Amino acid sequence: MFSVRKTALAAALIGATAGAAFADGHANPAVKARQQVMSLYAFHLGTLGAMAQGKMDYDAEMATKAASNLAALTSLDQSMMWPAGTDSGSMEGTRAKAEIWSNFPDVGAKGKALADASMAMKEAAGGGLESLQAAMGPLGGACGACHKAYREPES
Amino acid sequence: MKWLTALLILLFAGAGVGWLLTSPERVSPDQLAGITPDLKLGEQVFYAGGCASCHAAPGAEGDDKLILAGGHSFPSQFGTFIAPNISSDKNAGIGGWSDEDLANAMLHGTSPEGQHYYPAFPYTSYAQMNVEDIVSLNAFLKTLPAVATPAPAHEVGFPFNIRRALGGWKLLFARSGWVVTGDLTPEQERGRYLVEGPGHCGECHTPRNGLGGLDLGKWLTGGPNPSGKGKIPALTPDQLDWSQGDIAEYLKSGFTPEYDSAGGEMVDVIANTSKLSDADRAAIAAYLKLPQLAAGDASD
Ligand code: HEC
Ligand code: HEC
Ligand code: HEC
Repeated sequence: MFSVRKTALAAALIGATAGAAFADGHANPAVKARQQVMSLYAFHLGTLGAMAQGKMDYDAEMATKAASNLAALTSLDQSMMWPAGTDSGSMEGTRAKAEIWSNFPDVGAKGKALADASMAMKEAAGGGLESLQAAMGPLGGACGACHKAYREPES
Repeated sequence: MKWLTALLILLFAGAGVGWLLTSPERVSPDQLAGITPDLKLGEQVFYAGGCASCHAAPGAEGDDKLILAGGHSFPSQFGTFIAPNISSDKNAGIGGWSDEDLANAMLHGTSPEGQHYYPAFPYTSYAQMNVEDIVSLNAFLKTLPAVATPAPAHEVGFPFNIRRALGGWKLLFARSGWVVTGDLTPEQERGRYLVEGPGHCGECHTPRNGLGGLDLGKWLTGGPNPSGKGKIPALTPDQLDWSQGDIAEYLKSGFTPEYDSAGGEMVDVIANTSKLSDADRAAIAAYLKLPQLAAGDASD
């Protein structure tokens, strides 16, 4: 009897501390900020991708606008958006793998690769549909390379 | 530990009455007679089968993915398996293998010495493949670079290091025939071949039972991610509401309909599917839209 009650108490206590320690990433401003930057990447990439795939008519001006915004976004200094302790093992609401914090130079290199591919897209986007399509592969590859290594699948 | 008990029972079966049943199967030489290899086809089969995802060095990119030196490790509840060297080297690799050797390995999980392979090598899926494709694949593999260094050995302890015991596993989980049946168009049939056979999509997208076998009643309904957090997504049409075109595009460029880009192990899969023809990607997508796949009633 006693031991049952003790176990229940222990479980309740563990539940309470786990609840407190396991913060929600959605409420963490840094996590929110980096996820919003990612959404902005996807938004601008969407315009370029829709043109590349023929879902939207090619429009040099609009393509350049989207690519310029993307290039600006990928050149932001994101260091404040990735504070230690905001990995998926430490909190809910984030898909950022803990490996990000143990391989910072590589993450930086992957961020740089994205900035370079975005700059190339900015040059290419206004130069006709084929030129846009050719720049799309490396750009998507730069997103994917980082998501492959450092992002968990959705839960 | 239920799986352990069950496996031990299988082991006993393997040691006693089951000895004959658990002895490795082989293809008959007439099945291979008269097939002329086609290198272009072999290359497509190589990408459809995703061999490089496991047999190229971990982290290899670009042309290095054609160097099949092995070394990828696959932690499992039974120990850690290491993908072997399958380069064209005659000693360290499989350069000396006949078509029959490769067909036995891929269709029956049986080595040239007559031993069972571990199912970390997804031969339960490859078993659905045509022998024509395997003959052409063997010819293509021989055109790839030779690597003279063998890959490290598996780190698997007793009793799972007894390959003979795998015969029982094979009896339980070897699939005979297609998971999805019924009237299919030629495009849907092609998609079924690619998904259920060489593409081995079910190996990740289908949950496993306690013994490590695929739960075919939950075909492609997703499941826990064995290599970390999060879930492997479901691909059934009731769960994945993408159009056929959206799925084909994802398999080509990695972009979702929202222009997010694929991550995790799927990136390696897309590196392969991006090398297939548009028709084959459309066929995979057509299969994934089959209503039979919804709610896991594929296998009735
Ligand atoms: C340097 C690494 C890196 C690069 C490059 C990168 N991402 Fe991400 N992305 C991440 C990580 C890590 C997460 C998970 C963030 C989290 O949940 O805290 C993420 C999340 C996302 C999300 C989900 C956001 C949300 O609301 O949860 C989208 C969409 C996305 N990325 C799109 C893109 C696109 C499009 C590109 C290329 C233009 C890109 N990413 C490039 C690392 C990267
Ligand atoms: C090695 C494991 C593995 C194999 C094999 C695999 N997948 Fe995946 N797949 C994943 C993972 C992990 C994700 C989640 C990707 C992410 O986090 O962005 C995924 C995502 C997907 C998605 C996107 C689903 C969604 O809701 O976002 C589709 C479609 C898909 N896979 C199709 C396939 C097809 C078709 C095959 C066979 C040709 C296949 N997969 C083989 C691991 C795998
Ligand atoms: C999911 C990872 C994975 C994929 C994909 C994969 N293999 Fe393997 N393969 C393995 C593992 C692990 C082994 C070791 C099995 C064992 O030792 O029992 C193996 C073993 C083999 C062997 C036996 C080698 C020997 O020396 O006995 C051959 C041949 C082989 N694979 C060929 C292929 C081919 C061809 C493809 C593509 C059509 C392929 N594999 C795809 C993981 C994989």
